[in-house]
Amino acid sequence: MNARAPAVSIESGAVPVGALRALRREAAKALLVCRKDLAIEWRSLDNVPAMFFFSLLLLVIFNFGFDFANADFRTLGPAVLWVAFSFSGVLTFGHAFAIERDGDCISGLMLAPLDAGTVYLGKLLANSISILIVEATLLPLSAVLFDYDLAAVAAPLALVVLVHTIGFAANGTLFGAMAARTRRGDVLLPILLFSVSVPLMISAVKTTAAALTGESILAGSSGAWLMMASIFDVVFITAAYLTFEFVIEE
Amino acid sequence: MLDASRFGLPVLTTVLAVITLYMTFFYAAREKVMGDVQRIFYFHAPAGLICFLAFFVTFVASIAYLVTRKKKWDIIGQASTEIGLVLTSIVLVTGPIWARPVWGTYWTWEARLTTTMILWLIYMGYMLVRRYTDDPDQQARFAAVIGVIGFLDVPIVYWSVSWWRGHHPLVLKVSGGEGLEPTMRATFMMGILTYLALYACLMSMRVPLGRAEEDLRWLRQRASEKTSRKVGS
Repeated sequence: MNARAPAVSIESGAVPVGALRALRREAAKALLVCRKDLAIEWRSLDNVPAMFFFSLLLLVIFNFGFDFANADFRTLGPAVLWVAFSFSGVLTFGHAFAIERDGDCISGLMLAPLDAGTVYLGKLLANSISILIVEATLLPLSAVLFDYDLAAVAAPLALVVLVHTIGFAANGTLFGAMAARTRRGDVLLPILLFSVSVPLMISAVKTTAAALTGESILAGSSGAWLMMASIFDVVFITAAYLTFEFVIEE
Repeated sequence: MLDASRFGLPVLTTVLAVITLYMTFFYAAREKVMGDVQRIFYFHAPAGLICFLAFFVTFVASIAYLVTRKKKWDIIGQASTEIGLVLTSIVLVTGPIWARPVWGTYWTWEARLTTTMILWLIYMGYMLVRRYTDDPDQQARFAAVIGVIGFLDVPIVYWSVSWWRGHHPLVLKVSGGEGLEPTMRATFMMGILTYLALYACLMSMRVPLGRAEEDLRWLRQRASEKTSRKVGS
């Protein structure tokens, strides 16, 4: 097969077939990286269970701080949930590059015929899926513990969680790669990640609160927040995609 | 030997600072409602404007470094970030001094205050990454990536925090306020000029210092290579 994209006449307005094919090839490679990371996780179960127990523990501790037996979970709950999600997310981003350090796998990954950006997208996808799994198990549990009707708000809540988790992982994957190569990466990662993710955290708490109270999340201010979060996702996935090669370069 | 070019900017900055101080206390009209407390504005707001300039310079220098890999861009980026952090700290300290008598509280979680604080945290992260990365090239690359990501984040932070809450005084015409009285305006402009001169002055000192650090590091590396070769043979 011709490796280079064939020239396409622009005047005809036809879809550039070569570009589409190249895009599909890149997507397939990114999926391979993602599958590799998820396979490692599936066989070792090193990260997701620990993340789950950690975030559950955070919920328990917050419960003592706020006493949800007397307070309405829908007012403080969104903040509590996102603290739990983001704290446990940080563990994932650190871990995603720790696994590459074992046996110097990162060199192998860099020698593979993959663009750095493609590796980034694969890692981003794997990280997002890991966090989403934890969130998907923690949310039903929180509904049981704090007594709210999850089934009634499941669809909007799922959308909110998805949009914000991807944005959080977009920066987390980039900074995780960076932190893995510094001396105090364990503390640098949260400092960088949380300061850059402030807009996303505000939006996450606001829209989760709207979803829990049963308001429409697509209309009004929640719609605007979701829009902002989506823009955040696109901006930072693009920026990280373009700068990732400078981070993993030897 | 006295070198005129080395003293030009510091002398200019000092003269401008004295003029601005004079204007702040004796020339600018007394504000009707806030009184003399308002005069800290000539110290506070220009610092806020120039800190954005400093981080913008970091952003441009970061992109330039990633594209060209020339060490000089890294040195410029680092110098500008350090100065920007000093200016941001001035903003964060003078703001509450003004806010306490006027708003009745040192701090509110208002859009510009919050954005400034987050800005300060992001660029502190930039400095921390430099500190905790040993390899100099890696240090430069990591810093440049944060220089880009951090600056892209600023408008989104501002946007999100002002949606969340807001009540900062809008004093400049461009942002929808009523505008400044002429003597106040002149003093404010002088303040901006002074901070601009201060920024240029500090840059003109910090960048050569960065170059000297780079040279020293290179010499040390050569010296240690030579010794290890001697020991080896």
